[in-house]
Amino acid sequence: MPGSLVLTLNQSVLGEFTLDKERLLIGRKPENDIQVDNLAVSGQHAAIITILNDSFLEDLDSTNGTFVNGKLVKKHALKHGDVITIGKHELKYVNDEATTDDQDFEKTMIIRPGMASHAAAAAKAEETAPPTPAGTSSQMVADDMPLGKIQVLSGPGAGKELELKKALITLGRPGVQVAVITRRPQGYFITHVEGKHPVVNGDTIGAQAHALKDHDVVELAGVKMEFFVST
Amino acid sequence: MSLDGKLEIIGVTDVGRKRAHNEDSIGSDAGLGLAVLADGMGGYRAGEVASAMAVNMILDDLREGMKHGKTGEVDEETGFCRETLLIKTAIEKANETIYQTAQRQPQCHGMGTTVVALAFYDDRMSIAHVGDSRMYRMRAGELRQVTSDHSLLQELIDRGFYTPEEAKKSLNKNLVTRAMGIEMAVNPDLQEDVVQPGDLYLMCSDGLTDLVEDDVIHETLVEYSENLEDAARHLVDKANAAGGVDNISVILVRALKSFGAKQNWYNKVFDWF
Repeated sequence: MPGSLVLTLNQSVLGEFTLDKERLLIGRKPENDIQVDNLAVSGQHAAIITILNDSFLEDLDSTNGTFVNGKLVKKHALKHGDVITIGKHELKYVNDEATTDDQDFEKTMIIRPGMASHAAAAAKAEETAPPTPAGTSSQMVADDMPLGKIQVLSGPGAGKELELKKALITLGRPGVQVAVITRRPQGYFITHVEGKHPVVNGDTIGAQAHALKDHDVVELAGVKMEFFVST
Repeated sequence: MSLDGKLEIIGVTDVGRKRAHNEDSIGSDAGLGLAVLADGMGGYRAGEVASAMAVNMILDDLREGMKHGKTGEVDEETGFCRETLLIKTAIEKANETIYQTAQRQPQCHGMGTTVVALAFYDDRMSIAHVGDSRMYRMRAGELRQVTSDHSLLQELIDRGFYTPEEAKKSLNKNLVTRAMGIEMAVNPDLQEDVVQPGDLYLMCSDGLTDLVEDDVIHETLVEYSENLEDAARHLVDKANAAGGVDNISVILVRALKSFGAKQNWYNKVFDWF
């Protein structure tokens, strides 16, 4: 069973809301699932995402913030008894039937296609991309990740640019220093292959793959280059 | 090109202590540089059908596919090389068959499986996975997880609702967001990487990783690295000692020596060096 929220103001109960929607909106405007008509509350203030029995709170960049048990939060996994404060209103999260650690639960379960889109959509929260049910997309994962590129900052090739479209790109000079940039679903990684270890933002990387971030500067075989993520 | 003597591959699969059946399947071909591990789920014995179908069909398809085309040839359209696309196609084909079987046969209804598949060629490797079976790489004494689970927990971590530490305490460990056999189409994660002599690759089902922490896995691999069979066996023993609540499968692949085909992929090194 999913939990519920009990809305109170100065200890008096204003309503109880069952979290039976995958995404429930809280805010001042009437189109919210839980309307809290107070000027301290933003038009769209926060969302509660519910997946199976568990619920997650996300602040929707509200002006005055969302607090859980007195602490300002952006995202929070709700636990039974948590008190969410929005302006002067409080929402108590009640879920004494939260997932129990029974034997059955040790079994791996697949979220059904419907459920999966539900979960994916919920987890993606405010992102506008249409929910993709698990596994329906036959296109490459890489298609939905931003393309990386590197621009050479020094040496004979200064100014040249290379789009990192391949899953694996080797860089450097064989016999001197070689590294490889790999494209993973989570992003781009640089790994040492041969010679000295590459330097990223002034620090030598270890033997394992190193995640590349936008504007990282890589030094390899005496050449400096900058990594960009195209947007 | 045969990789005989270049790779050492050891696989162990164990029913664990609580389950009646082993629904995991493993398979490998050291000569061709292939290894596949699948963790089946659903229904009366259907999980073991799904995982066995996945492993066998993918291995068969890859064995056949490797006979044609040029090693490591890159497809300009997708940026992936031949081997990666072969695995992708093999997973898609096996997925369709498992899905159709699940639809047709009542006793198989609702079955599905995770998969992690590796192909080694020309000092490189392709990695494909669906679900929460993992691949780790140990290089220069460091162990790193290379695949990212298709699980609800991982998605919640990625989205910032949990830190990895909080996630360890979460009870929603076993909700898989992608699996084979559930829909007509499947979307495997695909990666390519360079292989270095001495690298040790660990593929495993969640029966290991739910019960044995990464640093214990690391210690075990370091301690028994001389003998992969011992290492695999000790990993399984540790999961069983921790309760053995699920089936436990482990494949270890060690790159013994370089298997590059004249390093022709270095040709892509750019003139700006």
